[in-house]
Amino acid sequence: MPSEAFLDIDRVAVRYGSTPVLHDLSLAVGRGELVALLGSSGCGKTTLLRTIAGFLSPTSGRLRIGERDITRLAPDRRDMAMVFQSYALWPHMSVAQNIGYGLKLRRLDRAAIRAKVEDLLAMLGLAGLGERNVTALSGGQRQRVALGRALAVDPEILLLDEPLSNLDARIRQTVRHEIRALQRRLGITAIHVTHDREEAMVMADRIVILDAGRIAQAGPPERIYNQPASPFVADFMGADNSVTLEADLDGASVVIAAGADHAAARLARDLLPTANTLPGQGTFSLRAFFRGEAAALVAADEAVTGDETEALLLTGRVLAVSYPGGVWRHEVAIGERHFLVDDATCHAPGDAVAVRLPARHLFLFPADGTTKPRGG
Amino acid sequence: MGRWLVRGLCLGLLAFVVFGPLANMVLWAFTERWYFPHALPIEYGFSFWGRVFAPRGGAIESLVNSAVIAVGTVAMSLALAVPAGYALARLRLPFRSLILLAFLLPQAFPNLPVYINIARIFYGFGLNGTYLGVVLVHTSHGLVYAVWIATAAFASVEHELEEAARNIGAGAMHTFWTITLPLAAPGLMASAIFVFLESLDEFTGTYFVGAPDVQTLPLLLYSASAGGNYQIASITALILLVPSIAFMLVVERFLRADVLAKVGR
Repeated sequence: MPSEAFLDIDRVAVRYGSTPVLHDLSLAVGRGELVALLGSSGCGKTTLLRTIAGFLSPTSGRLRIGERDITRLAPDRRDMAMVFQSYALWPHMSVAQNIGYGLKLRRLDRAAIRAKVEDLLAMLGLAGLGERNVTALSGGQRQRVALGRALAVDPEILLLDEPLSNLDARIRQTVRHEIRALQRRLGITAIHVTHDREEAMVMADRIVILDAGRIAQAGPPERIYNQPASPFVADFMGADNSVTLEADLDGASVVIAAGADHAAARLARDLLPTANTLPGQGTFSLRAFFRGEAAALVAADEAVTGDETEALLLTGRVLAVSYPGGVWRHEVAIGERHFLVDDATCHAPGDAVAVRLPARHLFLFPADGTTKPRGG
Repeated sequence: MGRWLVRGLCLGLLAFVVFGPLANMVLWAFTERWYFPHALPIEYGFSFWGRVFAPRGGAIESLVNSAVIAVGTVAMSLALAVPAGYALARLRLPFRSLILLAFLLPQAFPNLPVYINIARIFYGFGLNGTYLGVVLVHTSHGLVYAVWIATAAFASVEHELEEAARNIGAGAMHTFWTITLPLAAPGLMASAIFVFLESLDEFTGTYFVGAPDVQTLPLLLYSASAGGNYQIASITALILLVPSIAFMLVVERFLRADVLAKVGR
């Protein structure tokens, strides 16, 4: 977390009519930081962005930029600029007029506006398109115009509302890096709403995962990815396979009893990424989350039996194999459940196999779902 | 073969119903002499055009009156419809649909009793026989189109387009003038044209409130045809037809389908 909060969201609650959307949400954003608000639809991420922009007002809580309280300030007095998902370009204006609108508002003279617009057009790779009507542009070009219009006013905070979701996959890859590079170079504080996990990972300094109007976890991308704070975050960040285990816990290790579909294991706590969400002592039912790509396949007869100390072995049978490229993708039946596991070697359907899950890629949580929230 | 014959007959009948009266009117406008049992005029000419446009014919005066009143009606309707339409489209008003329906009221009742009563009331204010009186009557009649279409025009302007302006520093008023109004302009233009034509065409209200001091084209048309002078009536009707056709061409350009789809919502 940044030492000095530039944008401070302090216990903000927002409701639509009688439906609460954000519950006393607090978040501090540092100057020059790019924070991604990540979550599935309906989690409140766009509501939070619109509240920051001033299009919605919180029922309680405060918003501050530096020392300035902006909770009740009109949207046009907040010194922010937003890039809308729909781009919201004005169809009755040319590209240059769209970008220059905010400059004209600031009473710059015509020559200064033209110079600044030309600079932005060149920077965004739109040189020569200034007189074009915005309706005559491609999706990627419109997106750049929307970005240019926002950057033209030198906002203190740039708000990005899923700005890439209307672009096709190939352009999206490049625009991600362009926006990130621009934001770094100009040193703008940015808040980026997205439901695309990879987009958030690639672009953000810090990811904030929202779940039903609350922050599920906030932290740098690699921490969110490797140390999810809750089953929700683990599942959301792609560790969407899970098995239930019975385990004895002590101070140093998690002792997993052998079950119908898994071998016994004794895993050291310091290998487990989510060890601090586990209770200290006793016998518990745990739920283990893992990513398909973190698992490896071992032929059943090669698998070491007995106390594994670095990995958990799930036993099952290959149902089907396909080759998506690079690795073989196996559909493996383990107990009642089917998992997709990639492996460099091909195992034939019907083979008995063991799925090896290294402890460092195994996210263990108490099975009842209660976890201590952990901040970033 | 039989099917084609039926289709051809139906189309021909339809064409006759639509264009028959128009053709008859055009013929009468250029007729010097035409009486039974002749199927077509006996003699063609322009002498009645001269009579209509002669100073004594009153056509020029009526035309000017009609135009002045129509322009005044458009101005007054828009002055009311722009704020009303914006409010109805953007603000969360209670009884919104009731308000929209209220503008329909002058049309919902038979015209004659309504206008007789208006004339009675206007008499008290000394508005009878004045331009203002006629403009007011026309506005009450045209306001339903103006407000309904203006509401649809404002509703079809994406809210995000306004937010995008607010967001980079434009105040509410500036946003309205630079974003909302220009984007709603085609719809407002269409409503203005509707109101203009309604006013140009209006007879009953003008008759009760304006006549005999304020003479408009429809009143001239009425007295000409009531007097059995079909030539003058046809020529006047032709003059009235010109703006209608121009309107069709213009409205097709200005009124987009997405605006029309929102009328009355």
